[in-house]
Amino acid sequence: MCGIVGLLVKKPALREQLGELMLPMLIGMTERGPDSAGLAVFTAPVPEAHRKLSLYAGGGDFDWIAFEDAARHALGPDSTLAVQANHAVLETSSAPDKARAWVRKRYPQLHVLSAGRSIDLYKDVGAPAEVAARYDFGKLAGTHLVGHTRMATESAVTPDRAHPFTAGEDFCLVHNGSLSNPYSIRRQLEPLGIAFDTDNDTEAACRFLEWRMREGDTLEQALQKGFDELDGFFTFLMGTKDELALVRDAFACKPAIVAETDDYVAISSEFRSLARLPDVKHATLFEPKPEEMYVWRV
Amino acid sequence: MASVMTAPRVATFDLAEGGVRPLNAFLHRDAAGTAKVIAENPDGAHNIAVGVDAPVEIEVRGHAGYYAGGMNKQAAITIFGNAGPGVAEGMSSGTVRVKGFASVSAGAAAHGGLLVIEGDASLRCGISMKGIDIVVGGSVGDYSAFMAQAGRLVVCGDAGDGLGDSLYEAVIFVRGAIKSFGADAHEEPMTEADYATVRELLARAGFRHDPRDFRRVASKRELYHWNADANQEY
Repeated sequence: MCGIVGLLVKKPALREQLGELMLPMLIGMTERGPDSAGLAVFTAPVPEAHRKLSLYAGGGDFDWIAFEDAARHALGPDSTLAVQANHAVLETSSAPDKARAWVRKRYPQLHVLSAGRSIDLYKDVGAPAEVAARYDFGKLAGTHLVGHTRMATESAVTPDRAHPFTAGEDFCLVHNGSLSNPYSIRRQLEPLGIAFDTDNDTEAACRFLEWRMREGDTLEQALQKGFDELDGFFTFLMGTKDELALVRDAFACKPAIVAETDDYVAISSEFRSLARLPDVKHATLFEPKPEEMYVWRV
Repeated sequence: MASVMTAPRVATFDLAEGGVRPLNAFLHRDAAGTAKVIAENPDGAHNIAVGVDAPVEIEVRGHAGYYAGGMNKQAAITIFGNAGPGVAEGMSSGTVRVKGFASVSAGAAAHGGLLVIEGDASLRCGISMKGIDIVVGGSVGDYSAFMAQAGRLVVCGDAGDGLGDSLYEAVIFVRGAIKSFGADAHEEPMTEADYATVRELLARAGFRHDPRDFRRVASKRELYHWNADANQEY
């Protein structure tokens, strides 16, 4: 079991409150996912030539000041770092592949959680309320976000196996359910040079869909191929730089509910996590149907 | 005769304040003599009014989460909102009415009583039903009445894919379109007794439709016996 939450605010004035509005949604899904939590927030994009990398330092102390100095030397003097506990967001004008390779080589203890012009990502083990406090989720601003509370069923409880998973740039995916063919998906992708960070089934779905989009599919075309190729139970919630997308497997085995008002679109596994949203009593509520694509744009 | 303590006629529980347990504890132990129990601010909580065995009226004033009204006996439960998965699962008598829509597996494996869903019901409505009557004002999702053993399912709207897959002796009446039948389910002619059944269930549910607009779906009973020639294709 896991919990998924998503929130997209329709009015620019609400972007500053994105994290604050989301917080009770995530904490409301604690019973579905008490062991880990994570969140990807999509902000206004950094300049065209810039990229952001979300970094995770794991347990123990990490010298972020020295890291920032080294990044300025290696990746350019305009590189900046925003530190939040053992996570940090590095912004640089260096090419994303170069920045990623530099981090991997110089700081193998760091995990690169996401890359892109809009996405910032935080995930860790612990109860959702603890993780949210650790990274100050309530203060996050942006246009939309994708969150997850995890109850691990098929791979270990570690920060890198928490959701969201990312692939490519400005794309993330969270999952409630379990896939039965993640290894055949991996065997399909690995010969194409696609590397995996973990043994988690959700990562296979994430990398499969991102690979399809990189090959030229639209999100909708990629999702259609996902219905054909991905076997198992899933409610997937995905974020791109300007979209939230939701799909459920053919049997709708895992729950999902959507609440929409003039101000927001909120998605969750269960209504109880939406109950604290403003004016939710007057929201349009519906359960997404199996094997249908729901896409909301900023 | 000395006066005795009387139970309150109406008891109200605010689930946002105290959670579900005080409500259910009252319903299980202290509801005798109480005419009506009100649950305020349910906010999608699970297991609201499960396992009640008393002739009490229960109003859930909002949306309910998983298993609301599960295992009900005798009580008349109304949910003034939507219901989560497994509403009225395992019910044996009484009524559960959902004013909004119901999630998956409504009325699952229930032996008796009446479940009324005024909106749509999601997938697997009436899965393995064993004697309950279910009346859905809207449409039902895929695989409804899967392996349904006894009871009646009345659908005023449409039915999704695989309706009545592996049906036993439950009977389904559908007013709208049927996307597809499941294995061993088929349409049969309506009899006068069927029209009377639909008329009675619609009246109890409070829906005004003409029974003549409904079609009967029941088991072909071809799966009842092993058929070596079927080559595992059904």
